[in-house]
Amino acid sequence: MGVIETKNLTKRFGKLTAVNKINLNIKEGEIFGLLGPNGAGKTTTLSMLATLLPPTSGSASVNGVDVARDPSKVRHSIGFVFQDPSSDEVLTGRENLYLHALMYGVNMGDVNRRMDEVLKLVDLTQRQHERMKRYSGGMRRRLELARGLLHEPKILFLDEPTLGLDPQTREHLWGYIKRLSTEKKVTIIITTHYMEEADQLCDRLAIIDHGKIVALDTPQNLKKRLGGDMVRLQMRDKPNLHKVRKLRYIKNAKYEEGVLTLTVDDAGAHLQEILGKVGSVASVESRSPTLNDVFLHFAGREMREQEGDGSFFEKAIQSNNR
Amino acid sequence: MGELGGLYAIWYREIKVFLRETSRLVGAIVQPLMWLIILGTGLGSVVEVGAVGAGTNYQQFIFPGVLAMTILFGSLFFGMYIIFDKRVDFLKEVLVAPLSRTTIFFGKVLGGSTDGIIEIIVLMILGELFFGIHFTVFSVVVTLLVIMLLMTSIISLGLTIGSIMTSPEGFGLVTGFLIFPLFLLSGALFPVKNLPSWLFGFVAVNPVSYAVDALRSTILGIPSGFSLLIDFGVLILFAIVMVSIGTYAFKKMKF
Repeated sequence: MGVIETKNLTKRFGKLTAVNKINLNIKEGEIFGLLGPNGAGKTTTLSMLATLLPPTSGSASVNGVDVARDPSKVRHSIGFVFQDPSSDEVLTGRENLYLHALMYGVNMGDVNRRMDEVLKLVDLTQRQHERMKRYSGGMRRRLELARGLLHEPKILFLDEPTLGLDPQTREHLWGYIKRLSTEKKVTIIITTHYMEEADQLCDRLAIIDHGKIVALDTPQNLKKRLGGDMVRLQMRDKPNLHKVRKLRYIKNAKYEEGVLTLTVDDAGAHLQEILGKVGSVASVESRSPTLNDVFLHFAGREMREQEGDGSFFEKAIQSNNR
Repeated sequence: MGELGGLYAIWYREIKVFLRETSRLVGAIVQPLMWLIILGTGLGSVVEVGAVGAGTNYQQFIFPGVLAMTILFGSLFFGMYIIFDKRVDFLKEVLVAPLSRTTIFFGKVLGGSTDGIIEIIVLMILGELFFGIHFTVFSVVVTLLVIMLLMTSIISLGLTIGSIMTSPEGFGLVTGFLIFPLFLLSGALFPVKNLPSWLFGFVAVNPVSYAVDALRSTILGIPSGFSLLIDFGVLILFAIVMVSIGTYAFKKMKF
């Protein structure tokens, strides 16, 4: 039995179905990712699992407890790190931890030892007595990670943990998250719209689009499922698609707006032959598949188009529906 | 621990923030002092409180009203911090914790009350030292009781509005409509005895009037307009109603 199980979990906001019959089975100790563009329903799914939002229909159990039946019990066994900063800037890092310990009923005899421990885990021991006003974005996120762990939850939810952080800080944070998973044996559920993050961090991934799971597997298997390398050809003339598709090592071929996209089994060995058959080519790009290709394959469009400044939109949509 | 720890946590946070952001305390003291010094002196030069004032000057006469005003403005504004908490998502951290909404609400009321009591005590000391107000043990006890009751009600009102509104602008708009009638119709600045009956009607339905009446009669020895018993009765009832509304609003608050 999984630590988290959902059955046809659904959330509707008026006419909009934000989460549509999701079935998940998350195992103890894994880092499980929910990958999808903004507005796909990741945060909503997370919110239902964390008992912040009641499901419209379907069910979910966390650590064996039904989220609708006993939210308070669920909350004791989970930690949550929000998308936006949620600590008090006027207080110091350590004081924010202390507040959290009080609210979660952490045994007061243990509280100092625990605070020392989580602070060390995220390398904030030196800065613990500074007001959080003076913390950088990355430090804040680290403190909130530590805070999420303070009451020793079995499951930790991370909602876009590296949103808005620079690449270097992001990689550091991945390190910390991996450490939590290996050292503390915590099950971690993470939402992200960064392909790289999903790829590097997660043991398994569910790709979500329009509230539905379109694919679920390890990042490696998802990429493997595409069946080969990605070859992008900028065409001068319209290619003969029929002829291309006949080649046995071509798994998939698509022509759109002057660009021919092929999925090729071992592109290195066959590129020359392909170039000979398709016609006049302006440029060629060949690479191993990425999660973006996976998303494109399963959702039928690129995820990148919607990245950028999307979090604002997601919020606007959410607040409109409240 | 459990709920009690949570109550302490929320109170602890309010106090820490209050003591650290000294601007809050300074602002809360300077404003009433301006009323006392500028309005009290200025208007006092042309206004005689007369027989109803029992020998006090205008400045002293409005002192109890200014105490009530401090609570009214400060406590109602306290609800605004909920909106800031919503903005930085600190509220989420609190609401996600395994605590009942009632606990969170009472933690906030306790925190706000502690802030307010500190302000009032500072003002009482200043009154004793510089404004010719003479406190006795009895009047200190009654003053603090009245202040606590009024504060509980007004903080609850502020928190209710704060839990509903999402923007500081909206909060300001709503409280702006409430605060001036509550203040001006409380008799804080004038005796209510000889008012025309239509105006007195408004004063009589304003719960704040009863706090001002109780404070004025005990601090200055001016005969009470409503009787102390009625004052307390109304204030207790007001507090019960506002706390009930506030806890309900907190239970319904979304995040």
